[in-house]
Amino acid sequence: MLSLEELSVWLVWTAIAIYALAFIAYTWDLATRSAKSLDEKDAAKARERELVAAGGGSVPSADELHREQDRAEAALRAAPRDRTRPVFARIGTALTWLGFLCQVAADITRGVAAGRVPWADMYEFALTGTMLMIGVYLLSLFFYDLRFLGAFITGLVVLLLGLTSMNFYVAISPLMDPLKSPWLVIHVFVASLATAIFALAFGLSVMQLMQQRREHKIVAAQLAGPDDAPVKVGWGFLRNLPSSESLESLSYRFAIIGFIFWSFTLVAGSIWANYAWGRFWGFDTKEVWTFIIWVVYAGYIHARATRGWRGTRSAWLNIIGFSAVMFNFTIVNLFFKGLHVYSGLTTAS
Amino acid sequence: MADRDAEAVDPLRPADAIDGKGEPADGTGDGITSPKLGFVGWMRWGWRQLTSMRTALVLLLLLAIAAVPGSIVPQRSADPNGVSQYFSSNPTLAPILDKMQLFDVYSSAWFSAIYILLFVSLIGCIIPRTKHHFTALRARPPRTPARLARLEDHRESLVELEPGEDAGHAASRAVDLAASLLRKGGYRIERYDSRGSASVSAERGYLRETGNLIFHTALVGVLVAVGLGGGFTYTGQRVIVQGTTFVNSVGTDYSSFNPGRFVDPDSLTPYTLKLDKFDVTYVPFGQKDAGQAGDFAAHLTTQLPGQSAQTGTVRVNHPLQIAGDDVYLLGNGYAPTITVRNAKGEVVFHDTVPFLPQDNNMTSIGVVKVADGLPEQLGFVGFFYPTQVKLGSGAFSSAYPNLLNPVLTLNVYGGDLGINNGIPRSVYALDPTGMTQLTGGKTGVKSIELSPGQTTQLPKGYGTITFENDSPAGAKDQSQAVKRFVSLSIHHDAAGPWALAFAVLAIAGLLLALFVPRRRMWVKATPAGDGLRIEYAALARGEDPTLKAAVDDLAAKHAKALDAAGAASVPDQAAKAPSVD
Ligand code: HEM
Repeated sequence: MLSLEELSVWLVWTAIAIYALAFIAYTWDLATRSAKSLDEKDAAKARERELVAAGGGSVPSADELHREQDRAEAALRAAPRDRTRPVFARIGTALTWLGFLCQVAADITRGVAAGRVPWADMYEFALTGTMLMIGVYLLSLFFYDLRFLGAFITGLVVLLLGLTSMNFYVAISPLMDPLKSPWLVIHVFVASLATAIFALAFGLSVMQLMQQRREHKIVAAQLAGPDDAPVKVGWGFLRNLPSSESLESLSYRFAIIGFIFWSFTLVAGSIWANYAWGRFWGFDTKEVWTFIIWVVYAGYIHARATRGWRGTRSAWLNIIGFSAVMFNFTIVNLFFKGLHVYSGLTTAS
Repeated sequence: MADRDAEAVDPLRPADAIDGKGEPADGTGDGITSPKLGFVGWMRWGWRQLTSMRTALVLLLLLAIAAVPGSIVPQRSADPNGVSQYFSSNPTLAPILDKMQLFDVYSSAWFSAIYILLFVSLIGCIIPRTKHHFTALRARPPRTPARLARLEDHRESLVELEPGEDAGHAASRAVDLAASLLRKGGYRIERYDSRGSASVSAERGYLRETGNLIFHTALVGVLVAVGLGGGFTYTGQRVIVQGTTFVNSVGTDYSSFNPGRFVDPDSLTPYTLKLDKFDVTYVPFGQKDAGQAGDFAAHLTTQLPGQSAQTGTVRVNHPLQIAGDDVYLLGNGYAPTITVRNAKGEVVFHDTVPFLPQDNNMTSIGVVKVADGLPEQLGFVGFFYPTQVKLGSGAFSSAYPNLLNPVLTLNVYGGDLGINNGIPRSVYALDPTGMTQLTGGKTGVKSIELSPGQTTQLPKGYGTITFENDSPAGAKDQSQAVKRFVSLSIHHDAAGPWALAFAVLAIAGLLLALFVPRRRMWVKATPAGDGLRIEYAALARGEDPTLKAAVDDLAAKHAKALDAAGAASVPDQAAKAPSVD
């Protein structure tokens, strides 16, 4: 008989395998969808144009770009029932749901086996954190058609969860005294939730930058005129994505929700620190990084409101913010010295 | 800008804010181009630079970058031992880093400069905006723009007039309906009727700016609370051995005490704390993580002056509150009771000595100093093993943190303890310079080794030493043979509660500032042919992703209300009809 703890590990690996399949499906979708989803008329037109341009690539005209992006915008906001039904994206989403159910089961069995919340060592942070990433992604699908982020999210989760399971797995052990607190439940959970939301904002900002590059290239190509050498304007799937501006404002919305949760994490963490260590704030390494991340995102929000900073620059700040979150979770947890020695990877001395 | 009049009540933003109304972002403004700028001019220009969005942004990013080194280099405030270690392992680099204040990043001149500038900028930003916001709160919504169609979110519909209805009257009635819908939706409204058309101008979301101001002001509050409150805060540390009592008073009982600038050390409430018992549980032998300690609990008897004694418990995550102070459990360990007698059998030393734990199994080190009563001063450096085992190398070690096989070993030094010359000495360390080692090491004399209750001879026939058994009468094992001590940390925190209150306020403000949509809406009805042309338009102030939906929603509701009103007016006219006939 498998113990609950072992069952949990099996479920985790099953989830990873399913996410990997979802990743493949989503990637396949991105690679093929651009050609397929053009409706009949546009497809015919594009063919015609291609004939005329004699292999001159498929740089859309400004009008076409607008039409493309309007269509993508409508698709983004369409209610789940009215969405396009690309086969591989649907397979990807179905698999992601399946993997998610496995992961939720893995998380719950781990928690039951430990007799406490399953987020008290580094392996468990990763387990719960990535579960929330998938959860937030699946939840947001009810509001926006973000399936173009599916490959990014499932890929990230396969990577994070796979690497932590391989390298940082620790068997369940009793909680250290400072962790025995209701704040463990709140503070760590909200931090993970914020991270999950930041991940989506990050993905959208990356898409935004790619889309922006494509838009610029299209404009440049048009200025250059049709006689010039054919240009490549960027990955094909981008033509199904909303405008960079629309991606940016969507990214911002995720980021500010993440920011609120992160602010809460910061405050809840300092309340807990006061109970456990006798001071609200002591510039412990982990506190420093939580603060740095908070300030970077505050900077990002300001950048969005500052002339000359909206667009590319603020997108980069969002990307830097999420990189800092990942850095905090990996490098700071493992290599930086401090009071937060709860990775469970070394016995405290 | 579509609505010039409207600008009068815009939230005042720094000039380079996205919806600010100042000069272009390349920033130089008119200041730099004008050739002669007097002192006041320069000051004004500098102030405007400092309170611009760009400066705030750059300072925020600088603050984030400046905070990084403090997480890489050990900090004196958080990890003083780490700093000492760093100095000994990097003797050339450390002094250079020290010059750059890299061991005190968060109190360094450069870090302080950044956040002080940021907060000056912040205050410079808040004050004019607050004033402006108060005016805006009392102002009426702005005049309806002449050409609503130029706004991006704009809808239009045509409504047929009832036969014989006056167009101007109908327009006015339609706008009345819209106005009441808007008012119900939380808008502040103002009618602007002109010849030929009726319109309502509506505005909502003042709370957005209020939230923004609350947020930024609360940040200043946090900083002030920390800065001022720190002056009234004190922390102190003290080791208490089981059965002994601590009095909260500086000078006598604290082993270390750090008062804030405004703390009067003589005014502490002189309550007492006595350690009755210390509990801890260990994961038993044979299980995974055997020996891991948990559920620490120091059971105290507390007494405030003039009141009766009470009992209380200090646990991790559960400080004890007394007289406005919080008492925290910092550490714990064993405190063997040791008696030294001279050759005549007179007691020259008798004390319970805290030994500091060195590892998870509570191998502990302690020092005993016997200054008087013997032919020379003696110093003992001791190891205490709660569960002694012998390693392959022959060295002793502790295999478990509880008292299963407690053993005390001591090396004896004779000579001058150096405690008579007034230099303060740590009670936990022995400086053997000027002393001769009498046992252990290369002396050829075996180190002293004792179990609870045992007595042995001191070298050179100086007398005897006893490791007392502190078990209560009738104890069957050694589990209570050695007393425990705890180290307590006592805090009086005047800043915390205020800082926390401001932080909570900041988050509340943030929620308003980020999620309350601020927008203007206009509904205008103009007679056109046989009907009315009704226009709906909206303008977002700041981020407002639901604007489009809001216009659609208003247009739909208004159409419905018009229908209902029309339907209601039909029977009305039907009722009137006979009398007209
Ligand atoms: C202590 C440093 C600061 C922090 C942590 C901070 C943080 C924030 C945050 C989180 C927001 C978004 C919430 C909101 O819209 O109210 C914000 C907005 C804003 N901040 Fe700051 N801020 C700081 C300093 C400043 C300074 C110095 C200025 C003035 C130059 C400023 C001007 C603004 C403005 C105008 C907005 C509104 C942006 C918008 O319309 O979206 N802030 N700030």
